[in-house]
Amino acid sequence: MDTTSPLERILRAVALTLVVVFFMFPIFWIFLMSFQTNETILSIPPSIVFSPTLSNYAALITGKLQTAAGTLDIAFMRNLGNSIFLSVTSVAVALVLGVPAAYAFARHKFKGSEDIAFTLLSFRFAPPLLVLLPLTQYFQWLGLSNTYFGLIWVYQLICLPLILWIVRGYFEDISADVEYAYRIAGHSWFATFRKIALPLAGPGIAAAGLLAFIFAWNNFVFALVLASADKQPVTVGALAFITSSGIQYGQIASAIVLSVTPTLALALYAQRYLVEGLSLGAVKG
Amino acid sequence: MNDTALLIRDVDKFYGPVDYGVHAVKKLNMDVGKGEIIALLGSSGCGKTSTLRMIAGFEAVSRGTISLGGREVQTLAPVRRNVAMAFEGYSLYPPLTVRENIAFALKASKLSQSVVDDKVAGIAKLLEIEDILGRYPSSISGGQQQRASLGRALIRDASLHLLDEPMGQLEPQLRAVLRGRIKHYIKERGLTAILVTHDQTEANALADRIAVMEGGVLQQFDTPQKIKERPANLFTGTFVGEPPMNVFEASIAGSENKVSFGLKDGVRLDYAASDFSHAVRDALMKRQKVVLGIRPYAVRRSADGVSGRVAVNQWLGDQTHIAADFAGGTMVLVEHDRTELAVGQPIGIRLDPSSLHVFDGDSGKAISHGVELA
Repeated sequence: MDTTSPLERILRAVALTLVVVFFMFPIFWIFLMSFQTNETILSIPPSIVFSPTLSNYAALITGKLQTAAGTLDIAFMRNLGNSIFLSVTSVAVALVLGVPAAYAFARHKFKGSEDIAFTLLSFRFAPPLLVLLPLTQYFQWLGLSNTYFGLIWVYQLICLPLILWIVRGYFEDISADVEYAYRIAGHSWFATFRKIALPLAGPGIAAAGLLAFIFAWNNFVFALVLASADKQPVTVGALAFITSSGIQYGQIASAIVLSVTPTLALALYAQRYLVEGLSLGAVKG
Repeated sequence: MNDTALLIRDVDKFYGPVDYGVHAVKKLNMDVGKGEIIALLGSSGCGKTSTLRMIAGFEAVSRGTISLGGREVQTLAPVRRNVAMAFEGYSLYPPLTVRENIAFALKASKLSQSVVDDKVAGIAKLLEIEDILGRYPSSISGGQQQRASLGRALIRDASLHLLDEPMGQLEPQLRAVLRGRIKHYIKERGLTAILVTHDQTEANALADRIAVMEGGVLQQFDTPQKIKERPANLFTGTFVGEPPMNVFEASIAGSENKVSFGLKDGVRLDYAASDFSHAVRDALMKRQKVVLGIRPYAVRRSADGVSGRVAVNQWLGDQTHIAADFAGGTMVLVEHDRTELAVGQPIGIRLDPSSLHVFDGDSGKAISHGVELA
């Protein structure tokens, strides 16, 4: 089936290389920065030849940041732990709520079901800042500000619509007759959901879960406003490196490397599902 | 009194709101006895699959009742109806092998492993799928998937077996062999089966009775022979039978000892009044417009018949199909011998009164079949 000419293939390879370099360079540069001191980072012209140091990582792990103004305590490892806890729990909650809901939306069309599904999706296109102010008020009244519970609740605005819409596309793709065949063989609808629909939609659920995890992990503004230092994830925690005596570029870089690593590892592991799940979700949307 | 396996009473099916949505099945009434094989025959969109799915419990019944073995089931979940079904789209479970797919249907029955193995082996032999039992559905052909799906339905000991286009994907030779075997299998075990098909050969070969459906309405529910010999209306007459029944609109004129049909182009068919019974003659004389139907096998050639002209002459290897221009339309004749008739050659056509089907010109309802009233 490959009918492309050699020239076309070369051009395509060049174009792809350019795109990859364009997107990968910042990450590569940050990776280099994380092994440098502030002095070498800020030297002009910049150089990729330097003697690497692990001091940035050491500072993050021990929680002691040396600045010109003295030693600062930072909670980076705690932030990292918060990130993992918040993202994992939020995705887990969103899966428990969203997958059955997606199944219901896929299989049972009723008056207004499209409207409800669309309303849930619309949470994704309202800018977070729009809801943040009233949300802060409510959370204070309810005593939910600066609690993990409150944060996980707010994170559902991010995770639930994603999971609902992607997984719903997957369920719609499964022939209803396969489920009927199972039900008529003497099984309840719940057994059918568990034994037939769930396994068949597995890749889609994995992809949706992964995507929701990435979005939850990367969230900044909700956590910034609704949580204080001990509950904040890395995205907010990284602000601590902007100190009174300057910006700690080396530590920021190593913090970024550390915080990118879990999602990157997860994404590489589940790459296949991700592409499959996303393309299907997009088509079926 | 428990000889009725299935009872359908005044069932309506609407897709969308009742009375306003698409009216797919209209006031359906049907009785199916235990051990009977019924074919729902009709073209696509006639309501046959909707009916099947209502019996299975996958479609809600908009109005009316469905009883299985004397128990009203229209509101019960499929799992509680004890029916087995083979799906047109096969619907095998992708992660399971063919063997597991078939054995799976027996899971709920709690049989020992050796009994299950024997049963699977038996049904696999019947359907000629022994060699693919270890394969996965994605790696076998459509025909093989269909047989696996059929096996999954037939292996069960259900009170009713529903088969949706069970042989549509099979090669003709295999289809003929399997028809015989499946019928024998069903009869041997005293199972009750309803199959949906648009293939009248299949319906004729398998079914004890055929339900012809069109436009959501049950047109006729009778034995294959009755449906062929005594079609209840013009639709059944022309739908069942291959090649289809010849039909001609006609006006009726009659006198003391004559009945004559006036066809288009001034063609007249004259019969002696004594060719028909009194009752038929009376029924015919009450009408001005009728439709005459005659099966291609019953049309005879005769030198003193009404003249037509050969348009097509095809020898099919075992029979001749002749299409002749006749009375402004086409008359198809089937003969068993090879005939040397050139296109354009005049022929005489004779229609025996005993093989004439007469239908009402407006309603299409049958008036008479041969010399008897419908």
